[in-house]
Amino acid sequence: MSIQEKEQEIIDEFDIYDDWMEKYEYIIELGKDLPLIDPSKKTEDRLIEGCQSRVWLDAHFENGRLHFSADSDAIITKGIIGLLIRVFDNEQPEDIAKADLHFLKAIGLQEHLSPTRANGLVSMVKKIKLLALAAIA
Amino acid sequence: MEQLPIRKFSVREIRQDFPALRQQVYGKNLIYFDNGATSQKPQLVLDAINQYYSKDNANIHRGVHLLSQKATDGYEASRMFIQKYLNAAKKEEIIFTKGTTDGINLVAYSFGELLSPGDEILISAMEHHSNIVPWQLLCERKKTVLKVIPINKRGELDLEAFDNLLSEKTKLVAITHISNTLGTINPVKTIIDKAHLVGAKVLIDGAQSIQHTKVDVRDLDCDFFVFSGHKVFGPTGIGVLYGKEALLDAMPPYQGGGDMISKVTFEKTTYNELPFKFEAGTPHIAGGICLGTALQYFSQFDPVEIENYERELADYAQDLLSTFEDLKIIGTAKNKTSVVSFSVDGVHPFDIGTLLDKQGIAVRTGHHCTQPLMDIFKIPGTVRASFAFYNTKEEIDTFIAAVEKSITMLR
Ligand SMILES: Cc1ncc(COP(=O)(O)O)c(C=O)c1O
Repeated sequence: MSIQEKEQEIIDEFDIYDDWMEKYEYIIELGKDLPLIDPSKKTEDRLIEGCQSRVWLDAHFENGRLHFSADSDAIITKGIIGLLIRVFDNEQPEDIAKADLHFLKAIGLQEHLSPTRANGLVSMVKKIKLLALAAIA
Repeated sequence: MEQLPIRKFSVREIRQDFPALRQQVYGKNLIYFDNGATSQKPQLVLDAINQYYSKDNANIHRGVHLLSQKATDGYEASRMFIQKYLNAAKKEEIIFTKGTTDGINLVAYSFGELLSPGDEILISAMEHHSNIVPWQLLCERKKTVLKVIPINKRGELDLEAFDNLLSEKTKLVAITHISNTLGTINPVKTIIDKAHLVGAKVLIDGAQSIQHTKVDVRDLDCDFFVFSGHKVFGPTGIGVLYGKEALLDAMPPYQGGGDMISKVTFEKTTYNELPFKFEAGTPHIAGGICLGTALQYFSQFDPVEIENYERELADYAQDLLSTFEDLKIIGTAKNKTSVVSFSVDGVHPFDIGTLLDKQGIAVRTGHHCTQPLMDIFKIPGTVRASFAFYNTKEEIDTFIAAVEKSITMLR
């Protein structure tokens, strides 16, 4: 499935929620369910310090594709990380670099990537993009 | 700018004065509990801003024309109103600044110029970053020494430790009147008296007190008092530094530019007198005028009634929150204002804040610009509800239900 298709799939999934709290209930479930990162990898060098919540990101490049795992101390942040990883994981760096993440706006979560949230997600996406660019180069 | 007649304290009527409170967010009636960060503005202030820009806008202190005269008169009338409001001895002691942070930086730079290596500055463990970092910068610049008054578990100053830290070397005590994170009301009068005994000057950070209590700078006998207009129902980008005249006279200018000079030549420049010596450049004229309007609005009410009402709100919220399992109130000082900070075991404050937002409730989460304080309590941050006199118990009921729902969802 392409990044585009994965984004559309998420948009469709969220379409059934018309209430904010239901939407967040789902995000929280995603956050709780996903075993995102091996605890031994929650090290300082993988830490992306946000002002509010902290994010750990681990990445590796294998057979032309990037793989990610991540975690956060805040569960909502973690749920959104789950969505981002679903979109980016196992994709080619060229596609990752191009991805515009329009699904976040479509499902009403773009505020979490705004600088005022200071939750580490902006930096995480930036880092993923940089890793993709580095892999292309 | 005159004192308005005293109004009976009625929350219902007060709420009518604040248009921002009458709106929905995410389909819910907005509950605004982030007054510690900034306050909403009454119609009187909004009208004054509109009046200024639609009718009176001109540069001040320099025009020969009518509008400039009107703008200057408004600005200076506001200064005088603020002087009376704070009970300062002279209008020259009221310096307009950008806000609390700007005022503290002004003092740290300018008063700092009078200090020598080894001189000591005392702050407390509950200070806002604004009342920490300017002193650290000063200490780097002048090789002065920064010392910190510790606090106890309830979030009260350790006055014994304060006594021990105070010495002939202490040149300045810079302390917050009320903690923005804990709500603690510090015994500033005692601190000022004690500091003066060793010859130290005292700066009071009034960012969180100006909107909750009546401030009388001569009764306090503080040497400097700083606050921000936006926390007391006025505009952002404007604030006040009060300083005793003799001290301000002895201090060198902070910034150079127009308005602050008396005569400029390339060889030598002489400075304008107070307060203009510290007001370089075109100021925030509308802000200056409308800060006066905000205090005019606020001073219609009996400060004791406001304090009592706000304390009632805070006690009500705190009592209800205390019944939650695994919820800890951060800051349980005996003398406290209407700030309730809490943390919940195993739940990140950011998550609670996000869910409250979606239920129409604005609170602040995080370290509230008091990182060292969070380190002392060993938590990453808190959820902070801070109430103003326009909040109600009904809003608190909704808030409590929303907190409960949020915690349930996050567990
Ligand atoms: C105690 C305290 N000091 C200083 C400040 C800084 O005020 P401003 O950002 O308006 O300069 C604040 C504002 O949050 C505060 O609460």
